[in-house]
Amino acid sequence: MDFVILTLVKAALWAVIILTTLAYLQWVERKVIAHIQLRLGPSRVGPHGLLQPLADVIKLLTKEDLTPPQANKLLFVFAPFFSVALALLPVAVLPFGPEVEIFGIRTAIQLTDLDIGVLFLLAISSLSVYGIALAGWSSNSKYALLGGLRASAQMVSYELPMALAVASPLLLSNTLSLQELVLTQSGYYAGWIPQWNFFKLPAPQVISYLIFLMAAFAETNRIPFDLPEAENELVAGFHTEYSSLKFASFFMAEYANMITSCAFATVLFLGGYLPLWPAEKGSDLFPTALFLAGGAVAMYHGLHPARPRDRRTLPAVAVAFWLLAFLFQAPLLKQILIPMFWFGFKTGSLLFVFMWVRGTLPRFRYDQLMAFTWKFLFPVAMLNMLATGLLVAVYGG
Amino acid sequence: MTEMLIFWAFAIVSVGCAVNLVIQRHPINGAISLIGVMGSLAVLYLQLGAEFIAAVQVIVYAGAIMVLFVFVIMLLNAEAEQRTGRSAVVRLIGFPSLAALLLLVGMLIRRLAPAPESVRFGDFMGGTAENIGRSLFTGYLLPFEVTSALILVAIIGAIVLAHKEID
Repeated sequence: MDFVILTLVKAALWAVIILTTLAYLQWVERKVIAHIQLRLGPSRVGPHGLLQPLADVIKLLTKEDLTPPQANKLLFVFAPFFSVALALLPVAVLPFGPEVEIFGIRTAIQLTDLDIGVLFLLAISSLSVYGIALAGWSSNSKYALLGGLRASAQMVSYELPMALAVASPLLLSNTLSLQELVLTQSGYYAGWIPQWNFFKLPAPQVISYLIFLMAAFAETNRIPFDLPEAENELVAGFHTEYSSLKFASFFMAEYANMITSCAFATVLFLGGYLPLWPAEKGSDLFPTALFLAGGAVAMYHGLHPARPRDRRTLPAVAVAFWLLAFLFQAPLLKQILIPMFWFGFKTGSLLFVFMWVRGTLPRFRYDQLMAFTWKFLFPVAMLNMLATGLLVAVYGG
Repeated sequence: MTEMLIFWAFAIVSVGCAVNLVIQRHPINGAISLIGVMGSLAVLYLQLGAEFIAAVQVIVYAGAIMVLFVFVIMLLNAEAEQRTGRSAVVRLIGFPSLAALLLLVGMLIRRLAPAPESVRFGDFMGGTAENIGRSLFTGYLLPFEVTSALILVAIIGAIVLAHKEID
């Protein structure tokens, strides 16, 4: 019974955290892209546009929910919910932190640690094609159908190099459980260089890391591989006919898939929740120092405001940052927050790369996209896996 | 108790989907029913302790193969099939012979496997990734390699047959 209650509590906590992150990821993305393009981004709703996600949710909820008359009604409704359900499911296995002990209860921070966690994530990602493909087909519109076709061809093709890129670090770690995958990457070379699969001897997984990231862009339908929703060819691609909450579901699914891909890359290659350098050398103090410094910068700009409203908002941000900085050193919370900080730090950096790429790279042409995966990514991933296998066999994993 | 509940839930779903697959006239509904069958079979494998096979079932069958089915159906924009008149033979003995066949299969299964047990292929037991990898690359290496060569031949054959010279 304890197990059920504990799991329910953890599931509720993670649901709140993930849904909030999803909403604000969109805000962060809009801000990042805006600054890349020398704009301000959302700035009207709340200080620095911080309430913009809330306004967006209300706007999407209250819009009229249209269903095209010739659409396949059942599948048209089913597709967005299938998409979002599959996109949120991987949260159940992602290892956000190690086992911790709170008030005498020993539990893992993650929801559940499957023995086949890696395969579970691959299975979910291979199923998530259906949401998009069925959405495109059931709308009974040529743009949506073309978008759906493109999406299914693209996702099936990029799954191959992705699976091969996932297999290579598994040769080093020798496990399919995500928690154990993180633990096999603990330790440091020469006291400083972390033994992540990215650096791990005898076969550093730099190439498969890059292949994984490129395939992740295609799997999540992001620029430069967002052909399924290329707006200058297909209006909006597979979700052309969708409106209101169903449209929002596709949006949520896209962002949730982004988080999952980045978290998966973090776990496979970047040591999951393990710190960048050993705890004895003060990595536990890094989050505190970072937030103290961030607070100091915010306070300085609050005292020398560039815009009138900064005089009120930035000091509040500074105080919030300083409070957070001290939370990281609070006795009970420290063991939970510090691994989660490192997990969030690495995943967040990768998410920033996703946004950065969106702000800078143009879109591929469709034949280039397909040629790129079949003629370049796939052979390279294959060679990389063979080389890794050889090195592991000769020098031991 | 919980195991029984899960078993019955997914057994009913998989049989229901399989029946639906036959009944449905639109190819896409059939394809989706087949995905349902594959997915619920994966859960049943999981209950038998074959976690690797369950995952591969979803990745390969429900994921890769069925995506291609759906892709082709979408690409051809296949319409619902037309129902032609049925012959008197089908109408008269169709259902009874189906029932007899099911009864026969059911009795056969009861005879072959009287009690529920874990997944077993010959003398091989278990279903973790390690078990399966070990037996694939030791005891069953030759059949494994022959199968993969066969699939490769099939792929090359398909490409040769489908390839047309473009001048």
